[in-house]
Amino acid sequence: MAVNETPAHEDDALGKAFEPRLVRRLFSLVLPHKWYGIGALCLLLLESFTQLAGPLLTAATIDLILSPRSGEKNRASELTRRALEAMGAPVTGLQGLAAMTSLFLVSVAATFLLTMLMVSWTSRMGQGVMYDLRTRIFGHLQRADISLFDKTPVGRLMTRLTTDVDALNELFTSGFVALTGDVVILAGIVAMLFYINPLLATVTFGILIPMFFVTNWFRKGARDTYRDVRTKIARVNSFLQEHLSGISVVQLFRRQERALSQFARVNDEHRIANIKSIHYYAVFYPALDLLSSVGLGAIVLLGGYQVLTGSMTIGAVVAFVQYSKRFYRPLMDLSEKYNILQAAMASSERIFKLLDTEPRIVAPKDPVPVPDPFRGEVALTGVHFGYKEGEDVLKGVTFTARPGQTIALVGATGSGKTTILNLLLRFYETGSGEVRVDGIDVTRFDPVAYRKHFGIVLQDTFLFTGTIAENVSFFDASIPREKIEAACREVGLGPLLARLKEGLDYKLTERGGGLSVGEKQLVSFARALVHDPRILILDEATSSVDPETEDQIEAAIGRLLSGRTSIVVAHRLSTIVRADQILVLAHGEIRERGTHQELLERDGLYARLYALQLKDQEAAAERSRAAG
Amino acid sequence: MKGTDRFFAYFSRRPGVFAAGVGTLFLSTALFLTIPGLVRRAFEDLERTGVTVDTLFRASGFIVLLAAGDAISFYFTRKILIGASRDIEYEMRQDLFAHLLRLPPPWFRKNRVGDLMSRAVNDLSAVRMMIGPGVMQMANTIVVGTVAIFLMFRVSTPLTLVALSVFPAIALATNVMGQITHKRFTEIQEFFSEISNSAQENFSGVRLVRAFAKEGTEERRFAERNREFLRRNLALARLNSLYFPLLQFFVGAGFALVLYVAGRQILSGKLTIARFVEFNLYMLELIWPAIALGWVVNLWQRGTASWNRMMELWDVPPLPEEKDAPISLSPSLEVRGLSFGYVPERQILSGATFRVAPGEVVALVGKTGSGKSTILSLILRLDDPPPGAIQLGGIDVLDIPLPTLRRLVSVVPQETFLFSETLAGNIAFGRPDASAGEIEAAALAAGLGPDLERFPDGLATRVGERGITLSGGQKQRTALARALISDAPVLLLDDSFASVDTETEARILSGLREAAFGKTVLLVSHRMSTLRNADRIVVLDGGRIAESGTHEELLARGGVYSELAERQRIEEEVEAA
Repeated sequence: MAVNETPAHEDDALGKAFEPRLVRRLFSLVLPHKWYGIGALCLLLLESFTQLAGPLLTAATIDLILSPRSGEKNRASELTRRALEAMGAPVTGLQGLAAMTSLFLVSVAATFLLTMLMVSWTSRMGQGVMYDLRTRIFGHLQRADISLFDKTPVGRLMTRLTTDVDALNELFTSGFVALTGDVVILAGIVAMLFYINPLLATVTFGILIPMFFVTNWFRKGARDTYRDVRTKIARVNSFLQEHLSGISVVQLFRRQERALSQFARVNDEHRIANIKSIHYYAVFYPALDLLSSVGLGAIVLLGGYQVLTGSMTIGAVVAFVQYSKRFYRPLMDLSEKYNILQAAMASSERIFKLLDTEPRIVAPKDPVPVPDPFRGEVALTGVHFGYKEGEDVLKGVTFTARPGQTIALVGATGSGKTTILNLLLRFYETGSGEVRVDGIDVTRFDPVAYRKHFGIVLQDTFLFTGTIAENVSFFDASIPREKIEAACREVGLGPLLARLKEGLDYKLTERGGGLSVGEKQLVSFARALVHDPRILILDEATSSVDPETEDQIEAAIGRLLSGRTSIVVAHRLSTIVRADQILVLAHGEIRERGTHQELLERDGLYARLYALQLKDQEAAAERSRAAG
Repeated sequence: MKGTDRFFAYFSRRPGVFAAGVGTLFLSTALFLTIPGLVRRAFEDLERTGVTVDTLFRASGFIVLLAAGDAISFYFTRKILIGASRDIEYEMRQDLFAHLLRLPPPWFRKNRVGDLMSRAVNDLSAVRMMIGPGVMQMANTIVVGTVAIFLMFRVSTPLTLVALSVFPAIALATNVMGQITHKRFTEIQEFFSEISNSAQENFSGVRLVRAFAKEGTEERRFAERNREFLRRNLALARLNSLYFPLLQFFVGAGFALVLYVAGRQILSGKLTIARFVEFNLYMLELIWPAIALGWVVNLWQRGTASWNRMMELWDVPPLPEEKDAPISLSPSLEVRGLSFGYVPERQILSGATFRVAPGEVVALVGKTGSGKSTILSLILRLDDPPPGAIQLGGIDVLDIPLPTLRRLVSVVPQETFLFSETLAGNIAFGRPDASAGEIEAAALAAGLGPDLERFPDGLATRVGERGITLSGGQKQRTALARALISDAPVLLLDDSFASVDTETEARILSGLREAAFGKTVLLVSHRMSTLRNADRIVVLDGGRIAESGTHEELLARGGVYSELAERQRIEEEVEAA
């Protein structure tokens, strides 16, 4: 299954907010962290009790202590009184007041502790799930086929690992537990109000209906305008980006004024989109305030009437007022949740799709152990291969490298040299034909165990952010420092290390920034050398360096090639001349093979390539020798 | 202009708007802070039991009316103040872009587009937060805070003093927590870029990782980073888990304290329950302004830091404003003893001298880095040449106003840069007034004819992201059409056919002879097929002119040029093999 079936808009798609299949898989991710989740849910239940206690205590204080009237009783305050008496606490007078307020303080402190712990546990759960997912995605990509990387831009893989995982964080931390929390709190308030006074409660909850509609209107409107704003700001940014990148064209073609007026249009569209979105916010918050005030009005009206008729206490009215003020937050939170769920579903779908892509190049069921010691004999027989169906890059390539030999691959760009290296490393499966190493078909090995015997130097020197030592050892702590140092000296990095204050610990920035082209190449040579591979794959860089560095590189290559089988895509005359066998490739076929002398005498394709590519180098070398 | 002056200029341009916003804010505050008083009176009536259903109706009716008035006026507050911030954002962005458009090209070479974008996007957004929600909430806090506290004092002084003890704590907690949050968040962001860089390196260097069989090491390395990332995220999560509960705690503790003190006062008859209820309602209204205060302070700190970063852009001196001057000159080009280097220690050109007569087609040839493109960019004054070194029609290019120079000299740059517009829009880039006929003629002259037939919408086809991705050759030909449509008498072509195959090139060149007829042309090229067509060829080597003459003359000389010709011959042979 290809990851990028719908490349353009895949990452923008939003679908359902709830997809049972995905939810089941997401649930399986939570299982290792389930105790945090279960614990948080338990705390949540406790917390909703302490949250509800505040208004109740206020009501009891008013009814029992501050304004005690005979004959007027309120169920909630009665409940509180009985509870307090059972605890042996005083319920009247100054002592009662102190007890009541202490209890109030205790409930506030308890809410604080419970909420803090609950939020902390839910985020532990969410962060734990994200940690696991990142590990899994990264690990999966360490085993995925190279062809996946050909088809998928690195940026998209990064999105899976970062943005998509983050979208799930929202689901786990502010989604699932908070959602339950909102529902529980709302249910608690509802229950409490009905317990105190069913009639008043019914009327107060009437307010919930318009609130629901207003919230829904806001949610939809805000979401649409938010999308609109996002599209518009993206347009502003891409216009800016484009015109700043192409500033010289803008200036050369005297386009400044017009660019400015075009920008004004894009910029204004963004402004208008924002102002439209203000409308929703400007209506929503005041409307909620208004509705809650209407609720307050209703409580004053009905509660007052019931106080008049003696069926309700003042304390109960106060409790009602306080509870009704607590409607909003959970209600508004609920409306946010829908969007979070939707985004999380889309992201998890993409993540699972990547994780479901099974690699094709894997160890066979019963892999042949890689021979130890490894002799390093490489043989290709009738190898055909194409990256795309029907477009063969290699058309029947056959050659043998005996242990210790150097094979130079020579030919124009696109003739298939690099492809041969890729097949040797088993980055791809051959179309037909065989690659054998030490006489064994390479498909019978575990690819990772097999590649341990290889070393590679790429054409574009690729260094990682890290120290020189780390780059040479490839972050492998098991390689002793002396070996790293020896390898560096052997490729001629000694003078550089002596010059750098930090020596081997000199930190390279991205892609080896801070070193010259030649030095970077030498570091990559040292990296190959320190791993002491039986078979060396070398794709020579074409970039030109100054004569002195060139001498160093030539010497280093000499050391690198000696004593091991080497397959080299060669550009340097010195490398080619010393090869045991030169293979001249054209359009995926080996046209000529032999040593330098033999091929020159043939006066064929090689002789012409030599004239084209190598005469310059020879002349440059002569010149520098003459000058030196 | 000073940073603060520039900043406040946006406000002083619209004094009425801010007055109106604050006015409606006052109105809404006055309305909703009347409600607690009404509630109190209703309670007082209840206590005295002198209340009728009638007065109850009146009280609740008033509450709803006042709330409606409050809602409507706050609607306008938000609309006006946040709307103004969006207007200012628009103006700032517009001004910034106008300024950037006038900055000299060398400045753009030193500054990465990514950094500029971050100023124009992130910093501007932080400034907008400061002048939008920042100003609104600040005004709200001041107005509501002052009025509510005043009303609270009217109820009871000791009670107010007790209540006020918790609000500074709320504001302070918000502010301090906001700062720590910002710091931890930045730490996460920094580490995020580290973890994503390392993952990106791993993905980009996947072949190396596999070839050295380092999957295991890489996974361990990633796990280490991942753990650190987890640690930092949990540090922020811990803070977040503290923040809201802490606010709740302060508010709750405040209410408990007030309940106790008020309870004592009520028991001793100094306070009525009705007044206590009224007081409680004021306290509720103060919670948000206190939170907002802490929040706004952070917005202002971040906003001013961002504004200072934006000021660094404003402080870059722009190119002088020049008007296109009607100069008439014969289109000859003269380069005389031109020496130039981007950095003083590395001279690219040292004493280059040659002349292009009006109507002549001259080709510049030489190795990479020999300074061909530099000469073209100096003619166009993308960098300023030394005085007198380059003359157009006998006038030093430094003395020609930039708009005039660029009207007289048109160019096809080496790196084709097209905009995500239609093909026609790109061709008419320098001449927005060009007619459809002119655009088509230019497209045909540039050899775009056959391509246009294949595009679904012809010249109306969109280029780039949402349109058709053009091949390198198609892009170059579009850029050529863009240059041809201008009526500039001088045309510079910087290796403009590198991505065009030889056959197409021949077709273009024959078209070009007509389209550019009479124009003075200076072109950079490596290709023999192109060079052969030039009236004269100038060979650059080591920053000076090595040889010049016609194709045949130079071949006969057996110098640098003939070597180049020989190489190309072999190259073609190899490619044909």
